[in-house]
Amino acid sequence: MNPEFEHLYQALSKVDGFIYPNEIELSWSVLIVLYPFITGLVAGAFILASLERVFNVKSLKPTYVIALLTAFSFMLVATMPLVFHLGQPFRAWEIMITPHLTSAMAIFGFVYLWYLMVVLLLEIWFDYRYDLVIWSKTATGFKRIVYKALSLGSDDISPKSVKLDDRLGYIVTVIGIPSAFMLHGYVGFIFGSIKANPWWSTVMMPIIFLFSAMVSGIALVMVLFIVINYIRKQKIDMLCLDTIAKYLFYIIIIDFTMESLDQVHRFYEAEESFEIISLLISGHLNFTLLVMQIGIGMLLPLGTLGILQFYKPAEHIRRTIYLIVGVLVLIGIFFMRWNVVIGGQLFSKSFLGFTSFKLSLIGSEGFLMASIWLVVPFFILTFLLWLFPPWKKTSVEH
Amino acid sequence: MTEKRTSLSRRNFFRNAGIAAGTLVAASTLPAFDAVLFAAVKRNTKGPWYGIAIDIEKCIGCGTCAKTCKIENDVPREPFFFRSWVEQYTILKDGSIKVVSPNGGIDGFTQTVPADDIEKTFFVPKMCNHCAKSPCVQVCPVGATFETEEGIVLIDEKYCIGCKYCVQACPYGCRYFHPDKHVVDKCTLCFHRVKKGLNPACMDNCPTKARISGDLNDPESTISKFIRTRNVYVLKPHLNTGSKLYYNALNQEVR
Amino acid sequence: MPLHLKRLIMLGVMIVLLFLLLKHLLTPASFGQFGHYRGKAIDEIAAHQVKFVGNTACVSCHDTIVTMKNEGYHSDLSCEGCHGAAYLHVDHPKLEKLFKPDSREFCGKCHSINKARPEKAITQQNIKDHHPEDKCIKCHNPHQP
Repeated sequence: MNPEFEHLYQALSKVDGFIYPNEIELSWSVLIVLYPFITGLVAGAFILASLERVFNVKSLKPTYVIALLTAFSFMLVATMPLVFHLGQPFRAWEIMITPHLTSAMAIFGFVYLWYLMVVLLLEIWFDYRYDLVIWSKTATGFKRIVYKALSLGSDDISPKSVKLDDRLGYIVTVIGIPSAFMLHGYVGFIFGSIKANPWWSTVMMPIIFLFSAMVSGIALVMVLFIVINYIRKQKIDMLCLDTIAKYLFYIIIIDFTMESLDQVHRFYEAEESFEIISLLISGHLNFTLLVMQIGIGMLLPLGTLGILQFYKPAEHIRRTIYLIVGVLVLIGIFFMRWNVVIGGQLFSKSFLGFTSFKLSLIGSEGFLMASIWLVVPFFILTFLLWLFPPWKKTSVEH
Repeated sequence: MTEKRTSLSRRNFFRNAGIAAGTLVAASTLPAFDAVLFAAVKRNTKGPWYGIAIDIEKCIGCGTCAKTCKIENDVPREPFFFRSWVEQYTILKDGSIKVVSPNGGIDGFTQTVPADDIEKTFFVPKMCNHCAKSPCVQVCPVGATFETEEGIVLIDEKYCIGCKYCVQACPYGCRYFHPDKHVVDKCTLCFHRVKKGLNPACMDNCPTKARISGDLNDPESTISKFIRTRNVYVLKPHLNTGSKLYYNALNQEVR
Repeated sequence: MPLHLKRLIMLGVMIVLLFLLLKHLLTPASFGQFGHYRGKAIDEIAAHQVKFVGNTACVSCHDTIVTMKNEGYHSDLSCEGCHGAAYLHVDHPKLEKLFKPDSREFCGKCHSINKARPEKAITQQNIKDHHPEDKCIKCHNPHQP
């Protein structure tokens, strides 16, 4: 037996029922679970930032810059899991040069670049430009080079230019909202448009992906806000934190309603794929879906945040609860992506059986590789917070 | 005071207009998804339009087709990669369905269900359906899989990036990821043979001539006569894939 | 317009131009010839080696056996279906010998009893009970069964 295929022979022995012979190994593994998780964090963090900038929720101001930098850090990493999962990663450029426009995946390159460069980069630039000019005059060494380069060699900080920066940043944010919807909505469409797979094929998929993205992004910013303030030993702005938690609560309600509606509809109509999907949920997915995604990731945070809308314990208790709830939500949304991607491939398209999935530790699609892509954005964020400290910005009224 | 209020309402107007305009711009990229939202290839009028027909009443489950295909097309011999395979369906008296395909049928079949419990049992050979409205072609992000003008769906192994989206999109399980070439592979209807006027290898070697392929545009071809004189069915018709693999006597239970 | 905005727009235009240049340089020459794919791929796939050469190639040397086969129950069978692909053998008949199957399991692949086999499609035999100690070909000539 060729050792290269040992894991496949093992999987063959674990087949339950009948699967098409080619279905033994899952094509999309943990890296494809990671990609929607990461882009979801990006879109969600951006929506939170836009709540302040465009919808004038003033209490969120302390998190505005952190949310943008978080979105940017994760966005830089977002392509990596995709490229590493490809069978031919060195041909990845083809998706930009000859995109096949009937494929939702083909627009990835353009939506990604548009969002990264035009929306995120520009918005951060317009917001920081005044400070970049000021800092470029006093900084030394590496930082000075960076600030000077980023200010594009201009030291124009006249009130007229600053006002223009503010204006243009506002317009970029406004364009950024539908762009964020596209960035993550198309990922949902990639799954939702596959008629061959009834676990994926639903009209609700892009919507569910979007709302769960917003949930995860808001939770991430909330957690980071608490952690950053703790590290910097600053007193946290509780009004801001309470507002974030409130928005998190509302969006979780909407997300939970959407996902429940999708499942109830499936169960009620009970069409051809119903039996195999019920077996999927009660069997292979019972821990990751019922316990982790729904129980721990959604119901527990929902209940906790709901209680906190009425009964508000002391600040430090609330802060700890928010931290725990934020982390639980992030775990829950990760498992939501897991259940969609992995769950959809566990049952055969013949609806007559199941294969199995084993996450290896090492290897190009292993646990370690996935962890790297999750951890790297935090290093990038730390670097960005050092290079462009939000708390050293001269406050410019929007 | 008045000045601030008008600038606020003007700001709101710009904001709302901007969001609407942005969404419209985003939505306007949808036509770029092509007015033909699926990759339907027009039926060839200038030359042959290939189709396949399989006669279930003739298939004896010997597995020669599956074995031949692997040899002709350099498919890895392990039991995880098939361009073509055979399934044995057993429908029990209690209505339950048991399907097996040990090594794709290459080593033959045994029957483990006791004879008394069997309502009916038959073999179903499977292969790429070369769909006219192929969902696998539709989802390829780079144009590495395509349908030729004669209606044969092929893969450009020098261009495929191995994203495996097509593997997910095929409702029939025809595609697999080649472990050595690191691209996706599938039945090509022996394009290299068809272009030389030969039959696909599986069809030549089938001992009972249960599999045929040919020109659907030619009313006198064997396949056209086959379709005219029998009730033919395709797999998963509700998915509207334009499958060109016609089965004779296909039981409703076959997936 | 402030200097930095002018420079920003210029930077943007340069990036777009760079992208268009790369697109022109990197798109394969035959791409789009027949559709959204590399036109050259058609010839590349058509150039694959044909391995099963067909019965007509066998007749030139093995005419007696082929004639005998064509008169019996196995007339519809291809030679290579049992003997394997002959593309190497036709070029080097002495060096590349073909497989001569003779095991009971081999005949059983088609002829063993299986309820799924349509009875009018093939004769079936219980290969466990039917003269288990002998090879099938001891009594049944595979080319004249």
